[in-house]
Amino acid sequence: MRQEDVSQWVKDAQSAFNAASDLDSLKAARLAHSGDKAPISLASRGLGSLSPDEKASFGKIIGDAKAAIALALAKATEKLEAERDKKVLLEEVVDITLPVNRRHRGGLHPISIIKNEVSDFFIEQGYAVAEGPELESGWLNFDALNIPADHPARTMQDTFFVEPVESGMVLRTHTSPVQIRTMLTQTPPIYVICPGRTFRADELDATHSPVFHQVEGLVVDKGITMAHLKGTLDNFARHMFGPDVTTRLRPSFFPFTEPSAEVDVFFNNRWIEWGGCGMVNPKVLQSCGIDTDVYSGFAFGMGLERTLMVRHGITDMHDIVEGDLRFTRQFGVGL
Amino acid sequence: MRAPLSWIKEFVDIPAKVSADEISDGLIRVGFEVEEIIYQGADLTGPLKFAKVLSIEELTEHKKPIRYVGIDCGEKETRYVICGATNFAVGDMIVAALPGAVLPGDFAISARETYGKTSNGMICSARELGISDEHAGIMVFSAEDAKVGADAIEGLQINDVIFDVAVNPDRGYALSIRGIAREVAGSLGLKFTDPVDGLRSLKFSETGKGVSAKIEDKSSASVFYLRTMSAFDPKATTPLWMRRRVEKMGMRSISLVVDVTNYVMLELGQPLHAFDKSKIKGGLTIKRAGKAQKFVTLDGQERTLDPDDLMVSDDDQPLALAGTMGGLSSEITQTTTDIALEAVRFDPVCIAKNSRRHKLSSEASRRLERSVDPSLAEFASARFVQLLTAHSSAVHVATVVAGEPVYAPVVKIDPTYISKILGFEVPNAEIARILRLVGCDVDEKSWAIDPPSWRADLLGIADFTEEVARMIGYDKIPSILPLRPLHASLTPTQKRRRAVATMLASRGLAEVQTFPFTNQETIDAMGFVGERAATYAIANPMSEEFPLMRVHLVPGLIEVAQRNISRGAKDFAIFEMGSIFRSSQKLVLAISPDLTKRPTQKVIDEIFASVPPQAYHVAGLLVGKVENENWQGKARAYTWHDAIEYAQDILALCNLEWSIKRSDFAPWHPGRCAELIVDGRAVAHAGELHPRIIAKYGLPERSVAFAVGLSALPDSSLVRPTRVGTMPAALQDVALIVDEKVTAAQVQAALTEGAGELLESISLFDRYDKIGDGKISLAFTLVFRAPDRTLTGDEVSAMREAATAVAAKKCGAVVRTA
Repeated sequence: MRQEDVSQWVKDAQSAFNAASDLDSLKAARLAHSGDKAPISLASRGLGSLSPDEKASFGKIIGDAKAAIALALAKATEKLEAERDKKVLLEEVVDITLPVNRRHRGGLHPISIIKNEVSDFFIEQGYAVAEGPELESGWLNFDALNIPADHPARTMQDTFFVEPVESGMVLRTHTSPVQIRTMLTQTPPIYVICPGRTFRADELDATHSPVFHQVEGLVVDKGITMAHLKGTLDNFARHMFGPDVTTRLRPSFFPFTEPSAEVDVFFNNRWIEWGGCGMVNPKVLQSCGIDTDVYSGFAFGMGLERTLMVRHGITDMHDIVEGDLRFTRQFGVGL
Repeated sequence: MRAPLSWIKEFVDIPAKVSADEISDGLIRVGFEVEEIIYQGADLTGPLKFAKVLSIEELTEHKKPIRYVGIDCGEKETRYVICGATNFAVGDMIVAALPGAVLPGDFAISARETYGKTSNGMICSARELGISDEHAGIMVFSAEDAKVGADAIEGLQINDVIFDVAVNPDRGYALSIRGIAREVAGSLGLKFTDPVDGLRSLKFSETGKGVSAKIEDKSSASVFYLRTMSAFDPKATTPLWMRRRVEKMGMRSISLVVDVTNYVMLELGQPLHAFDKSKIKGGLTIKRAGKAQKFVTLDGQERTLDPDDLMVSDDDQPLALAGTMGGLSSEITQTTTDIALEAVRFDPVCIAKNSRRHKLSSEASRRLERSVDPSLAEFASARFVQLLTAHSSAVHVATVVAGEPVYAPVVKIDPTYISKILGFEVPNAEIARILRLVGCDVDEKSWAIDPPSWRADLLGIADFTEEVARMIGYDKIPSILPLRPLHASLTPTQKRRRAVATMLASRGLAEVQTFPFTNQETIDAMGFVGERAATYAIANPMSEEFPLMRVHLVPGLIEVAQRNISRGAKDFAIFEMGSIFRSSQKLVLAISPDLTKRPTQKVIDEIFASVPPQAYHVAGLLVGKVENENWQGKARAYTWHDAIEYAQDILALCNLEWSIKRSDFAPWHPGRCAELIVDGRAVAHAGELHPRIIAKYGLPERSVAFAVGLSALPDSSLVRPTRVGTMPAALQDVALIVDEKVTAAQVQAALTEGAGELLESISLFDRYDKIGDGKISLAFTLVFRAPDRTLTGDEVSAMREAATAVAAKKCGAVVRTA
């Protein structure tokens, strides 16, 4: 074994690697010049039979040679892999703008989305979400709310009654019976919202539907004031319509609140009637057995369809009730 | 309720600098929504003149009647105009717009050639002047109404601002100029003069015997004033100023007597009714109709009276539907000379019932059912006598009174409550000032408050709190968030519903919400029977088409699918969540406990129990192809197993375990419906819809659906996971030949049972049904894993054989050899 031979092996390997035109020919060159049967490998294995002196000198020569070959291989590999990657990119390119729309797109109904949004907002404020039946006792829907028997809301024009009418069973005209159920089953402090489906005998048109949704809120606690009602509504309005909206309370009338107010929101440069509110009428608290010397409360209620229509600029109720997929899909799952 | 500024000003000193907008803002601030401000006359410029008709030439050669009219406008020469109306004669006074005038709608008047003549102006109808909708003819006046050549803009008081005010049901007093004026004054801090003050001292001399008055039942009316008048000349006409005011309020001028009753009602809020005295037999009594009978009201309609209707009757028969509408037989006519004028403080509920029973809402009933000031029966009827005697030959004969006014009681209040509820400090002096402003007598020592006669709604401390708040202004209430409770969250049920909806929506289903109404035809078409078909009927449905409450969600989904298909959709999936209303329990008689205190727990429980349970479901309908077809090629159609998979996904999402079996449940295909069972209870069904239903509703063939009774699902239990094994798994495939009637679920259950505890999972990877001879092949992969060691080949073979042995025993399975 001579040093010249070893140098030649290195040169041979380097030129073979450099000559390889692709990764396959490089593999062949690698086997020939650094594989098990390559001269350098055989020489490396033969070191064991040499004398300690020779072993030391030739060991270093062969070690250096192997390193030089490995370096040459790595360089060639890197170069050829880069060439291959470049080629593959060109050859395997696809038109990734081709429409990939195989899957049906679903979505939540916008009323569900807004209901979830309102619920999440109030849960974060410490309110529970209370629910109740849609087919409801007339006593809970009317009487307990201080709506006497001769009130216009109880006539055939406004309320859906269920047969036999002597049962007093109605399709609830608001979600307020849930407030009564809450006050009859829980003790203050009460912080709840009641979202849900409600019914009034209105013809379906661009702004009315006989089946619609409300969200009501009820707070009964010590020291609750109309200022708290206003603060809560301001906060709620900002959440629903944006940080810049202002609200306005106007004196109004509801049998179950006194004082009562309409709440308007100044949105898109005009006052929008948003809902009703007020301090829970002491009569209502008393019929639920709540001590009005200790507790007071406020309540408010909004139409979810109305909120949705105002906020999203929806101009026709039909879009909300008809279930056309093209409408619903625009809302996704509301995130 | 309309309110012309010119009329309000009669009772409120409004400085000229106060604008209509400021008045409107004031009304809104104290709780009266101003729906519209009408600036009457703003789009009208003269010359507009009163003129006398001098000559009429009928031009007959045209298709419609045309008149060439000579009029005297106070000018040197007679002016000639063309007119298409015919409701006037020579000598009548009319209003003419002269060339240069501009009428509402930018209608410029000029001299023009028409119908072969020169028309030098226009004779006007009320609508052309924008002062009413009256367009049946031109306006005609009598010679006393106006002077020839006088300015008609002023004469007709056209320039005015009219507020259209929405009045809440607890504020009946504001259905009058008196009431609105009081609120305008109160909201702007201006001086108010009560028109009633000038009527308190009115006395009329008795010149004869009046018609008698009686109230049969004191609960139906508290006080009844009946004023008899005679010597009325029926030719008397309504003075122009009164006519114009009545018209500005949106009513029509009819005759002097009727106009005066309306005028007084509009001014003070007390409805009046005038009878032709000659038609009254004996006296007048307020009483119930007593029996069903025919009665013709003023509007000419024959109505059938309810025995409970409150009437004003003479000795023989009912003459008026009390507080609602008079009768035709005793109405004021062109020959009436003797009048009986009724003014009653009726019970609001009686009038509300009268009005609703006959679907007849009149100006009178609207006021009376909202409660009228009990003192007004006397003063309003006096005002009627005052006005009628001033504008006609009528004389007062006698006044008869039955009953006496009943006022709201004095209330003792705790003034500190008001600050406590409003959330800011209101000094006692301010409370007293405001309560006096709205008409209360206030004793600041005892805080005994005597509400004014017109406020039947001020009964308790909360009512006075609202008065104080609205007069201070709701805008003065601070905005403060209450201290919130520490924690709240959705209930597990609410979380589950939301998760299910979000999962379905994320997986390509669009949520819909349908009206929960149905009909018998649909229920029958779906094949629902027995308790699944029984439901509640709506007594007054929106339409006869949908009189029942829904018993299932799938029919609504089918309707929505049809709508989408008709609009061009082909391949889609929809779902709905909501209540269904099977009549699982008979409705009981309404339970209506007393409201003054909390009902007993027993009664509360009974009320809750009287409301039938309303199951909450989720259902989906999948039609057409599973995927949208595009350049990537065709897609497969939805099939029964897609529906089952969604149902299973819902149960899996709720962390439940279920078993599955075939079911012949409506509305599904009896051979292709799966029933999913949780804790022994069928909670979900899924599969292909019945071919008959698919055909009837025109759905794509083999449309599929699922329905899951969410409220029937048990709560999820806390998950206690098994340790994840890290030892190698051993896979074993077995192919079994079974009779085709044996289900895959049965075979899988048998294999699972036989395989023992170390079976980690089992899955069917092949089903082959071309063997013939009524046999099929089912091939399963069994995965075994021990927690603590690598399984040996022998162990695994033994477990596989144990598994197939049970399958052989229970399902007659034979291991298929290759």
